[in-house]
Amino acid sequence: MDGPAILARLRERLGDRVLATHEYRGDHTAVVSREGLLAALTLCRNDAALGFDLLVDVTAVDYLRFPGREDGPRFEVVYHLYSVANGHRVRLKTPVEQDDPVVPTACGLWPIANWLEREVWDMFGIRFDGHPDLRRLLMYEEFEGHPLRKDYPINRRQPLIGPKV
Amino acid sequence: MADARELFLGEGAEGGAGSKHLHVNMGPAHPAMHGIVRIFAELDGETVVKTDVEIGYLHRAFEKDCEAGPYNNAIPYTDRLNYVSPLINNFGYSSAIEKLLGIEITERCKYIRVIMSEISRICDHLTCVGAGAMELGAFTVFLYMIKAREFLWELVEDVTGARLTISYGRVGGVKADLPAGFDLKVKKAFAETRQVLEEVHTLITGNRIFMDRMVGVGALSKEDTIAWGITGPLLRAAGVPFDLRKTQPYWAYDRIPFAIALGKNGDNFDRYLVRMAEMEQSMRIAEQALDGLPGGAIQVDWEGKAIPPDAYVDLGKQGKTEGLLLMPITLSPNLQGQDRSAHDRVNAHDKRVILPTKADAYGSIEGLMNHFMLVMEGYGIRPPAGEAYFPVEGANGELGFYVVSDGSDRPYRVHCRPPCLPPVAALPKMIEGEMVADIIPTFGSVNMIGGELDR
Repeated sequence: MDGPAILARLRERLGDRVLATHEYRGDHTAVVSREGLLAALTLCRNDAALGFDLLVDVTAVDYLRFPGREDGPRFEVVYHLYSVANGHRVRLKTPVEQDDPVVPTACGLWPIANWLEREVWDMFGIRFDGHPDLRRLLMYEEFEGHPLRKDYPINRRQPLIGPKV
Repeated sequence: MADARELFLGEGAEGGAGSKHLHVNMGPAHPAMHGIVRIFAELDGETVVKTDVEIGYLHRAFEKDCEAGPYNNAIPYTDRLNYVSPLINNFGYSSAIEKLLGIEITERCKYIRVIMSEISRICDHLTCVGAGAMELGAFTVFLYMIKAREFLWELVEDVTGARLTISYGRVGGVKADLPAGFDLKVKKAFAETRQVLEEVHTLITGNRIFMDRMVGVGALSKEDTIAWGITGPLLRAAGVPFDLRKTQPYWAYDRIPFAIALGKNGDNFDRYLVRMAEMEQSMRIAEQALDGLPGGAIQVDWEGKAIPPDAYVDLGKQGKTEGLLLMPITLSPNLQGQDRSAHDRVNAHDKRVILPTKADAYGSIEGLMNHFMLVMEGYGIRPPAGEAYFPVEGANGELGFYVVSDGSDRPYRVHCRPPCLPPVAALPKMIEGEMVADIIPTFGSVNMIGGELDR
């Protein structure tokens, strides 16, 4: 299946839960509402024609300082999927509001989602609803804040490390 | 207060009669932990019952640092992601930015990237197999393989000027052309490497001790491997022919015939065999790419009426610019392969990204302005707002860079998809139910690289 066909199938099966689709530099992306995310991921994995059996990556982007998007949903959680059987790719994105940074977990679909979602929680402070073990992955438990948020200054010191002398 | 039993056997051993589970920390600083990672294991006698893997000890804020500087500033950071095969990271990151910009690199540059990536892949596999064998007692194998890696690192040093922190990739090209006589050196180094591989095969493939520790240990089924997001040699060892160089060919891989090495059982022994076979395939790819290298011979002609750079600058300053752009200049040995003819061959012809040659920057106002616009704060490379994901086949599997641009000269977000994170995440699945001693070969076959795992 080529990119446009994948997006068309997602639109056809998910209806208005797909907020937008686009293609940029050969990457095909579907923006899915948070409510429809789990349905979209399940469809991607279980639908025979799509067959996305490999969850390549889960990450997020903080659009706090992105020109023109300051007012919109602050975060986007980004899923990269690949189908080993069919050899095609798709990117799913879901907008997340700053006041309610919660997304349903994909742990039930792919076991690797466990660690990838822990990293997103660690770096962005986005919670994954239903995650069995949402601990920080790269940082330590006493770490304050979420370092990849745009309002986390790069030179901020942490209490355990102490003031810079 | 702890009783004697608890003192000797550790926490959880109190309570007198009967056997209790024992908690053991492996790492973070343990010689077999290749870098720093902690495996917290619950043991029943010698059997591993439950484990928890803790990572992050080498976290250096790679992604945050990338956002802090212009696009090219991230290239040295990518060297330190997978420090055993840094060239692949360099090129992967550059390709992601090129995709974002929508520029095409020159044919010769594609071939150079292929050659250098394959040499790096061999280095990575040599280190992985050598260290894994050493931990099982085959110290000779380790020494042999490090010897072979040394020959390959000399090649890398020849091209990039450094052995580890090479920073050779550039957005739109590579730093410099291949040095003179490189193909002959490659031939020699590969002959040595082939001999080492032959010796290693004789020493451990089929060796009783090695087989006992590897066959059937740490196995993952095809379905489990995919569900855990594992790519690269581990997935191919389970019998899935997924290799980005074949399935989504990039650079010049679609023009070079090679075979995908496949295993059957997905255990440590198959992973070893896949890596050994891949090294041979990588050498085949590099040799064919060297034979088909477009843009003339590698032999760069340093002769001609070259003048020293200061004389060149003086001519430019005095306005004697007639024919100056065609005049070759003598370059310091540090800048070998960066003269004007080599520069055009290995870099994309796009002034938005590529720094002009030193000769142009010094000798013409256009060159100077071009240089200025690329290095001054607030100018530099400015991809249009958008996002791109570019995966390459790293030594450990799919190495992807996801880059978001807001149209400024700094990346808005850079995310690296580290190929060794999924297998480390799946480590509990591989070692639970097996013996403590089996952790060592399984962990070795995962080839955890702290730099890319923790970023």
